[in-house]
Amino acid sequence: MKRATLDQKIGFGLLYLSILLTLFFLGAIIYFIAVRGVGIISWQFLTETPRKAMTAGGVAPAIVGTFYLTIGAVLVALIPGIACAIYLCEYSPKGVAMNVIRVSINNLAGVPSVVFGLFGLSVFCKYMGFGVSILAGALTLGILILPGIISAAQEALLAVPQSLREASLALGATQWQTIRKIVLPAALPGILTGIILGVGRAAGETAPIMFTAATMYKRGYPTSIFSETMALPYHIYALMTEGTRPKEQTAIAYGCALILLVLVLLISAIAIYFRQKQRGASYGGR
Amino acid sequence: MAEDKTVATTASDGVRILVEHVNFYYGRTQALRDINLAIHANKVTAFIGPSGCGKSTLIRMFNRMNDLVPNTRAEGRLLLDGRDILAPGTDVVELRRRVGMVFQKPNPFPKTIYENLSYGLRINGIRDKHVIEEKVVRALQRAALWDEVKDRLHDSALMLSGGQQQRLCIARCMVVEPEVILFDEPCASLDPISTKRIEDLILELKEYYTIVIVTHNMQQAGRVSEYTAFMYLGELVEFGLTEKLFTVPKDKRTEDYITGKFG
Repeated sequence: MKRATLDQKIGFGLLYLSILLTLFFLGAIIYFIAVRGVGIISWQFLTETPRKAMTAGGVAPAIVGTFYLTIGAVLVALIPGIACAIYLCEYSPKGVAMNVIRVSINNLAGVPSVVFGLFGLSVFCKYMGFGVSILAGALTLGILILPGIISAAQEALLAVPQSLREASLALGATQWQTIRKIVLPAALPGILTGIILGVGRAAGETAPIMFTAATMYKRGYPTSIFSETMALPYHIYALMTEGTRPKEQTAIAYGCALILLVLVLLISAIAIYFRQKQRGASYGGR
Repeated sequence: MAEDKTVATTASDGVRILVEHVNFYYGRTQALRDINLAIHANKVTAFIGPSGCGKSTLIRMFNRMNDLVPNTRAEGRLLLDGRDILAPGTDVVELRRRVGMVFQKPNPFPKTIYENLSYGLRINGIRDKHVIEEKVVRALQRAALWDEVKDRLHDSALMLSGGQQQRLCIARCMVVEPEVILFDEPCASLDPISTKRIEDLILELKEYYTIVIVTHNMQQAGRVSEYTAFMYLGELVEFGLTEKLFTVPKDKRTEDYITGKFG
């Protein structure tokens, strides 16, 4: 066999192996969480409040809490995130100041989430007086996922061919009309992908809500955005680190992990549905 | 709009666009040097010349498309119906509505065929569905595309062939009823049959519009235009009636180019 052909075979082989390895880990995570968690899942587990110091009953308040926090975080980050990206890609003059802003946003993405937690505690809970609440948690998570949404939106906007902007402007459209009617719709699938990733992050983060929104044990459901709330990731953390009945608690923790996975998939599915619908409108036609 | 008509004095002698001592710079590089010429109304004017000679840069000045390129600078006067469109305070949005453009590569919006055309009307504030439909149909007919797309107006424009897409772009440009249409190498990415259809179309359209076309293809300039400008290294080397420029060129460089000695 020729040298070049052999090299190619080895190269492709390595790529293939990497994919198998990744899929293996992904499958393993889903498999173990599912196997360990599925036993405890029942209608009662999904719909009831915890009993007996979290060793019995259900985790419904944590499910509801995570849902509120995630939706809240996306609502907080969505408009400013997309607006920032539009400004950076479409309006801003290129120059040193813009590069500084870009680098800052990228750095914001690298800030550890526990730091966001402390920031949220000092600013939203204490300074602004929201206390430990869904509002403070959603704001903290929103800021956490903001850089991700900005960079995803920026990439999506940059991927829109310049020729489409030119075509629109050449018809006598203003820059704003061009952005709103041509560029944004074309970038929407990419932006939605960024939001999906943000949803996953917001739903799963523990550190940012630990001081700002979450409580270990609450009998009822949150009653307003100023209530503290249970949340799945923090509930898992609490079950595994505190309490006196590790055996029962561990089983519940796996159940919560499975629910968290499914919840993230569900929220993502909604975003994917809209993305496909948008793509269909652009390309399918019929 | 009404105001524009009052200053349209030069239109009476058949000149629609007058280029006077125009220079253009990309950063420090001068791309156009002291260009002077007149574009006549309801005629086809072709710009030929080798790559990088400045012909595209020049026609992109006619609708201020170069504004999108950072670090550029224009000098001189460019009169559209007697009014200098390079002057500060020019309403470029209004200018681009009057001076349409068809680009080198077909660039339909990723929307339906119908929406590609209705867009230009909607951004100009036309809301009446019947008016929009009537204008869309007329533009498609004028672009010789109606028969091919009338049964699939609500399919994606991206499903059309390259040649059909380019005719759609011409229709999209015409639907807002510009006075001038700029064609920037409209057939560069098309096969000979599609090219022929576009050329036929241009010949028909000059009845309604003033047409400026940039082309790499000298035969094309010969087939479609009344006037031809030959540009080389940012200068306008020769400008005149197409027939004369191709048969008795005055400048040695023009002769060398059209006889294929370089280019």
